[in-house]
Amino acid sequence: MSASAGATGTAAGATPRGTELQRAANAPRPQVPVLRTVGALMRKELLVELRTLESVPAMSLFSLTTFVVFHFALNRNVVEGDLAAGILWVTLLFAALLGMNRLFVADADQGGFDAFLLAPVDRSAMMLAKALTLLAYLVVFELVAVPAFGLLLLGPSLGHALPDLIGVLLLGDVGVAAIGTLVGAIAVRTRARDLLGPLLALPLFVPLVIGGARASSPLFGGGHAGAPAARWLLTMGLYDLVFGLIAYALFEFLLED
Amino acid sequence: MRSCAVEVEGLARHFGEREALDGVSISLAEGATLVVFGPNGAGKTTLLRVLAGLLRPHAGEVRVLGADLPQHAHAMRGRVGFIGHEPLLYRELTPRENLRFHARLQGVGDDRVEEVLGAVGIEGRAAEPLRSLSRGMVQRVAVARAALADPPLLLLDEPYANLDPAAVELLQPLIGRSADPARPRTRVICSHDPAGGLAEADAVLGLRAGRVALSSPAASTGAEEITELYR
Repeated sequence: MSASAGATGTAAGATPRGTELQRAANAPRPQVPVLRTVGALMRKELLVELRTLESVPAMSLFSLTTFVVFHFALNRNVVEGDLAAGILWVTLLFAALLGMNRLFVADADQGGFDAFLLAPVDRSAMMLAKALTLLAYLVVFELVAVPAFGLLLLGPSLGHALPDLIGVLLLGDVGVAAIGTLVGAIAVRTRARDLLGPLLALPLFVPLVIGGARASSPLFGGGHAGAPAARWLLTMGLYDLVFGLIAYALFEFLLED
Repeated sequence: MRSCAVEVEGLARHFGEREALDGVSISLAEGATLVVFGPNGAGKTTLLRVLAGLLRPHAGEVRVLGADLPQHAHAMRGRVGFIGHEPLLYRELTPRENLRFHARLQGVGDDRVEEVLGAVGIEGRAAEPLRSLSRGMVQRVAVARAALADPPLLLLDEPYANLDPAAVELLQPLIGRSADPARPRTRVICSHDPAGGLAEADAVLGLRAGRVALSSPAASTGAEEITELYR
């Protein structure tokens, strides 16, 4: 059994002008440029975050609390070397999970995915926008977390370490943003998204923790004081590149039914 | 002769073991309106989502605005206005911010945003967060969103839900039958209102448990036949 309506009849807009207009209406819509789409998505993300304050404040508060706990649990005013680097990177990555878990929630719960899929846009624009948004969250939250780390656990040595540390942190942030976007997009479509996100992301973050901690350990004094080892920076850069490409390649499939 | 805007042949779609649609066929000419009736769970929403390219068909052939789905879904993006159960709007943003966001995704200018805000009668509350608006007001914004790019095909799932009669009248220029013969507006509407639905329809499709239970021109369909679908 089938439904059929108006399959025959006079052509709508049978005049030459009408036919022309109809043809224009029926032509495929041109795709919106990727950068314009990324800009629109990022603007929306930042507006929603400014209104809800769900991600960056939660990440900042988590890291502050964790540094206070370490301060008292270790019963030391100053940590250095591997221990300092380990505390910093583990705390930053756990805090990043909070931002990652919220990254797609508004889109999944309020129909943003459907609206995006209906628009004449390149699907990879959402991946880029989400990764850049998470990167922005990480940078803003580190503006709070890193000084707090210095104050509570590092003493006066943060000032000397800061220029090199910023570079190492940025390499880590790019990797976290790429992995977080990929994992967030997978987890948000599942019922146990709050559990699945961290379970998937943490193993993938391990190489970044190792690379970040090894690269920043010399910056925090101790026995191996000096500049970050180039091989760890290179490892982190390669890891960022690989996961950036994987996220780019897979993202469209993750959005599809 | 008008071409077909929607052609569906033997469409099937399942969710796990459950058949949501089974053997559904539709042929809808440009500018025509098909109203789909059926009890809850009959497959109406699934049918609209397949036609919108949001769900893949598991069997059968689906062609919308000349694009075979799902292979050529990209060719119809931006040409379909969709109203589902969710308004596809962000609660924390205002109606104006929401529509500007969607306008950018659709490649439409901000002047059109102001135009549709006026057309749905919500300019006065366009700067309030969506979460503070009533359901009826949110539905008006959803209609404005779906009509932003003036698409040639509208897929409307209970578009008049939560709207008062005056609002239904107000929205007709955006989602009603096109008054411009040069820009025919094809519509597939899901409804539970036999009288209201029949008044808009050129053809009627009745679904029950994912199968076609009624298919006829609106002119030869009585409200009692539609009511029968729900028994």
